[in-house]
Amino acid sequence: MAKSIKLRAKAKDGVATVKALISHPMETGLRKDKKSGKPIPAEFIQEVVCESGGKTVLSAQWGSAISKNPFLSFKFSGAKSGDSIKISWVDNKGNSDSIDSKIK
Amino acid sequence: MNHNRRTLLKGSLAAGAVGAAVSAGLLTPKAVMAAWAKDAFEAKEVDAAMTGAMGSADATASDKIKLKAPDIAENGAVVPITVTSNIDGTTSMSILVAKNNTPLTSSYELGPNTEAYISTRVKMGKTSDVIAVVKAGGKLYSTKKEVKVTIGGCGG
Repeated sequence: MAKSIKLRAKAKDGVATVKALISHPMETGLRKDKKSGKPIPAEFIQEVVCESGGKTVLSAQWGSAISKNPFLSFKFSGAKSGDSIKISWVDNKGNSDSIDSKIK
Repeated sequence: MNHNRRTLLKGSLAAGAVGAAVSAGLLTPKAVMAAWAKDAFEAKEVDAAMTGAMGSADATASDKIKLKAPDIAENGAVVPITVTSNIDGTTSMSILVAKNNTPLTSSYELGPNTEAYISTRVKMGKTSDVIAVVKAGGKLYSTKKEVKVTIGGCGG
């Protein structure tokens, strides 16, 4: 189910710029359903890990205050076109997803 | 007695889930060790959240950290934040929103080759300072910027 992540990584002068868009509701658990008045249970991504060439480039811990359908961008050096890149996330319900791609 | 049993059950269940993720090759062992900092993310005070995420609440203000955020955010549910640190040896970064229910939004552990640059989008309940905390050489540095929010993005 690698459909939740859109990943784009581009290398220029040895520096890769990674942009990732994850589709996820990111519910805080504080919101209430307008019709029933019941709180909507929390559902948010807790960990995001990015690896390139077998090394962890970035590991992020997220709270519920990250926006719905989170966007994340970062850069790392020592990258070249064609290198493998992988991003995975895990949410508070234990759901997870990952995507494998190559740096352009 | 009963309570203990419950906690034990919960604990083993959680461990089981993580174990399954590892065997599926979804997580690197290193990432598993850095367990989600529950205390930090649930802390209601900026100081407590910082201590939980970065080990201390004692940060030196630095103008070497660039925090890019809008002056006025029309929609508090989506506030783009970009943090760039020009401090050598930056190893981790955190982004906090001072007046959110739980100030800590996210923290990032950078790899050896990763540049101190993070761009993401956060939720803001109301007008507040956004604080970027950076760890470099075991010391903490921070910078902040006020963002005015017209429509809050937390709860509702």
